[in-house]
Amino acid sequence: MTVTDKEYETAFGQPLRRKEDAHLITGQTRWVDNLSAPGMLYAAYLRSPMAHAKIRVNTEAAKSYPGVVAVYSAEDFGAAQAVIPDAWTVHPDMKKPVMTPLATDEVRYAGEPIAVVVAETRYQATDALEAIEVDYDPLPAVIDLEAAIGDDSPLVHSSIGTNTCFYIESPGEAYAAAKAQAEADGGVVITRRFLQQRLLPTPMEPRAVLVVPTIDDLTVYASTQIPHVLRLLLAMLTGHPEHKLRVVAPDVGGGFGGKINCLAEEIIGVHLAKRLGRPVKWTETRSENFLQMHHGRAQIQDIELAATREGKLLGLKVDLIADLGAGLRLFTAGVPMFGAAMFNAIYKMDAYQFNCRTVFTTMTPTDAYRGAGRPEATFAIERMMDELAAELGMDPIEVRKKNWIEHHEFPYTTISGSIYDSGNYEAATERAVELFGYDELKAEQKARRERGDRMQLGIGVSTFTEACGLAPSRVMGQLGVGAGGWERAEIRVTLTGKIQVVSGSTPHGQGHWTAWSQLVSDKLGVPFEDVELLAGDTATGPQGMDTYGSRSLVVGGSAIVKACDKVIEKAKRIAAHTLEANPDDLEFAAGVFTVKGSPGPQMAFVEVAAAAQLAHNIPDGMEPSLNSAYTFDPINLSYPHGTHLCCVEIDTETGFTSIYRYACVDDVGTVVNPMIVEGQIHGGLVQGIAQALFEEAVYDEAGNLITGTLVDYLLPSAADVPSFLTDRTETPSTDNPIGAKGVGEAGCIASTPAVVNAIVDALRPYGVNDVRMPCTPERVWRAIQGGQSQSGSVAKGGAQ
Amino acid sequence: MIPAGFDYVRVNSAADAVAALQTSEDAKILGGGQSLIPILRLRLATPELIVDVSGVAEMNGIREDGDAIVIGAGTTHHDVTTSDLVRTHAPLLAQATATVADPQVRHRGTFGGAIAHADPAGDLPGVALVHNATMTIAGPAGTREVAAADFFLDYLTTTLAEDEVLVSIRLPKLGAGWGTHYEKFTRVAQSWSIVAVAAAVRRENGSIAEARVALTNMAPTHLRAAAVESALTGAAASAEAIKAASQAAAEGTSPTSDLNAQADYRAELARVLTGRAVAKAAGLS
Ligand SMILES: Cc1cc2nc3c(=O)[nH]c(=O)nc-3n(C[C@H](O)[C@H](O)[C@H](O)COP(=O)(O)OP(=O)(O)OC[C@H]3O[C@@H](n4cnc5c(N)ncnc54)[C@H](O)[C@@H]3O)c2cc1C
Repeated sequence: MTVTDKEYETAFGQPLRRKEDAHLITGQTRWVDNLSAPGMLYAAYLRSPMAHAKIRVNTEAAKSYPGVVAVYSAEDFGAAQAVIPDAWTVHPDMKKPVMTPLATDEVRYAGEPIAVVVAETRYQATDALEAIEVDYDPLPAVIDLEAAIGDDSPLVHSSIGTNTCFYIESPGEAYAAAKAQAEADGGVVITRRFLQQRLLPTPMEPRAVLVVPTIDDLTVYASTQIPHVLRLLLAMLTGHPEHKLRVVAPDVGGGFGGKINCLAEEIIGVHLAKRLGRPVKWTETRSENFLQMHHGRAQIQDIELAATREGKLLGLKVDLIADLGAGLRLFTAGVPMFGAAMFNAIYKMDAYQFNCRTVFTTMTPTDAYRGAGRPEATFAIERMMDELAAELGMDPIEVRKKNWIEHHEFPYTTISGSIYDSGNYEAATERAVELFGYDELKAEQKARRERGDRMQLGIGVSTFTEACGLAPSRVMGQLGVGAGGWERAEIRVTLTGKIQVVSGSTPHGQGHWTAWSQLVSDKLGVPFEDVELLAGDTATGPQGMDTYGSRSLVVGGSAIVKACDKVIEKAKRIAAHTLEANPDDLEFAAGVFTVKGSPGPQMAFVEVAAAAQLAHNIPDGMEPSLNSAYTFDPINLSYPHGTHLCCVEIDTETGFTSIYRYACVDDVGTVVNPMIVEGQIHGGLVQGIAQALFEEAVYDEAGNLITGTLVDYLLPSAADVPSFLTDRTETPSTDNPIGAKGVGEAGCIASTPAVVNAIVDALRPYGVNDVRMPCTPERVWRAIQGGQSQSGSVAKGGAQ
Repeated sequence: MIPAGFDYVRVNSAADAVAALQTSEDAKILGGGQSLIPILRLRLATPELIVDVSGVAEMNGIREDGDAIVIGAGTTHHDVTTSDLVRTHAPLLAQATATVADPQVRHRGTFGGAIAHADPAGDLPGVALVHNATMTIAGPAGTREVAAADFFLDYLTTTLAEDEVLVSIRLPKLGAGWGTHYEKFTRVAQSWSIVAVAAAVRRENGSIAEARVALTNMAPTHLRAAAVESALTGAAASAEAIKAASQAAAEGTSPTSDLNAQADYRAELARVLTGRAVAKAAGLS
């Protein structure tokens, strides 16, 4: 914990315990699966056991199973079934093959829903699935990304005549010139192929949806990150009027991006409740979750970097092949493009070329997963910087210093066109080096190498930045996102001076209750305990753009601050009226209005709250309410950054790799609650380390997910990671009133390359310059045996 | 996932369990459920009848019986790891059991269930082999005893018949002069062994008088590393001698290839881990 010794006057900036934890810990949580409604039915889905096949479905036999109320397949709904929505038109010519919630005639990934049984109990619904007859006429699976591009590849969607969704190429002259210069001047050109393996988001709570119909209203309880977006989509897709549709995200047990979609099961859930006139619930099993929740990452990255002999970057070229899976979900196509602006990271360079091909395969669709495009970009550039250092025989931190944007150069427009508002890479790095004990570990590494120790050390560096606070509606429009980027907050003041915050941004584990209370407590001078959060219900908070992309505090928090300003303005008029002073002469601090320069009369915020609502004596023409709302749309993204240093210890006889020391200094701008920030960093680090060492969704050649349970898909636990050494620097963002930059994804983005850099560093004496992720003991052991580069490994699954 | 429907009966004695098993063509014993319930949930098995033995008092607990300790088949992993009798007379079992899964699983899963299940990656059959344990089995014809060496037949297959119940496991004490060690290799803490080695070594005057080594997950069933054992017998209790003997660890094994390890890597792990387990058992590191 990095609590400074600063004296706090308000709740702002204090490591306060989270308000939400008491009910989480004592089991009083309202997960969707805990909810029930009178007359509720249960749905269970029959899912394709095959990757790709023509199907013919016969549901008759299942209808007579005990307790079964209805069984439907695509043909029962016809066109009314609607289609799976996508919301990001990345390119005007991109291919958008249609997929329906229940597969129509063809299945394209193992796990795709084919039919639904609705029964009186969950068990009856599940049992009746076995009576649904499906004829599968197998079609070839498309698993290998590079093969999928070939002219002779079988097609995932024959209707579009290609497996390529879109190909984007940026002009290459500048990079070609940079490369020529490097070659002519005795510089270096380094090429590497990195593989971003498929990952499963794996939130603790799988998805669930309960749809409750009344006469003409529908309430959808969903384990979702996006209640507002979901309401809009369900209204548009099912034709149910938006104002008659309420979406509630009660307690949501994690998401990591996995709950940012409009599910087949949510669309079908609406149809079922409307057709049957009874509430219908569906709760996913973990096995279903692995098949049906979108997957993340899944890219082949061909990277080329040109630099001078002295280590100054000249240019960077990125060729991506991104695996979209079987079809488009809301942001599928946008994920690789979101990373496009981040490969150049914190570095200055003269040329940057970005080409990207996105490809359909017969695997579960991919979409946003913690970091969404930025972890992939950060991994590639940070790996390359360590490779450059190794190539030149330089210290990896020194190479970065030669190239990064210096603190006095902000705001800085990068080669990819982003404007970084603020940052201080020098300060974060200096502190990280000290915290880590960089020199001491280098010395220990050297000593172990010299004595041929069985346990070798490696040190990896990652000086990352990322784009957070997903917003600027205008920018999102330019990028083709079918949504705005603003966020709304309303402050309601009760007669007794208590505050209800209505927040568009909805928590699914982040700590909104606590952080929002701290913000309001700070602004209005009311006790932390007097602030309550209303979120995750479109009935109480009809507008919002929800929670993803580390946007809650940056965008939603800013809306709260701005709404509080409006409350204060109103309160000031009433206080001035009561105190018989000019509003401009009033000061407001610590919850009390005073007249400037006068020790005399004063009025507390609580008193104003009462006065406002009694309305016995308020200024003429004034509304008798302090309630205020604000919709905030920032002018820019925010750019948190940090320096992460990892030391791994490798057992050279077995390849077993453990983290020997991990230190990071993050700059996430102004901090509202350092304990929550630290929690986000810790969780993110483990998730990023997991990509480096443990997790991979593996498909076999036939298109079966063979890591279908938690026995095979390895998640680390606390026992598998060390205690992290963390600290912060604080360089406020200049583009929002709080100065916050976002922390939800930082640890996950920064840590993966730090770990792999450390592993490669340990193995360089064996002639190794890359190890494919996840760096399993076996891969590390083989790298030691084989000695040669692991670059260029195949993209497809398989137990290598 | 949700299991298919089944009948359920809870019994109070091993004899009642045997009787219950005979009432159905397709019955399964339920111990701690930590292996069986996942199998039912994934519908890899759909038995008609489940016979729950977790309440059978005579199958629970640990007692001393002369030169052996006797562990009821229904004794939980947690009770095994915290038992003074086990820690004193079979520390190898305490050590191996402590590596099983996580505390939640260890509070439910049972020693007998793990032995009867005979998963080649399980940690406890190897210990039973090293200890020359004897299984006490109840069946329609009464009780029989089977040596560990004859008990494990193949992948998930033991000598237990459909209508038999494992009642207890008898572990002869390893007395003075013996050292033991369990060396387990996994990727994350709570996962199954990729390869593991159970070793027991009796030292006499600076050399190894007797060695027993069992391998986990190197074949469809656990097996003793006979070539290593004979190479060690009479060898010096030195790092070099142990390392040399361990080179034979993969002999006679038939490891699988899976997501965690290809067969050749498993063979190398067997050699390395055997060296480490024996060295530690011999008190060298
Ligand atoms: C997440 C997880 C991780 C695990 N990791 C490990 C590990 O690292 N190492 C390890 O060794 N094990 C591991 N296990 C398995 C664990 O040890 C189980 O407890 C054990 O395999 C089975 O014991 P049980 O009492 O739960 O048996 P059950 O699941 O109840 O039964 C297993 C089988 O044995 C039969 N059976 C049970 N008792 C008897 C009896 N008395 N007589 C005859 N047949 C019987 C059942 O019919 C069934 O076929 C893990 C389990 C889980 C869930």
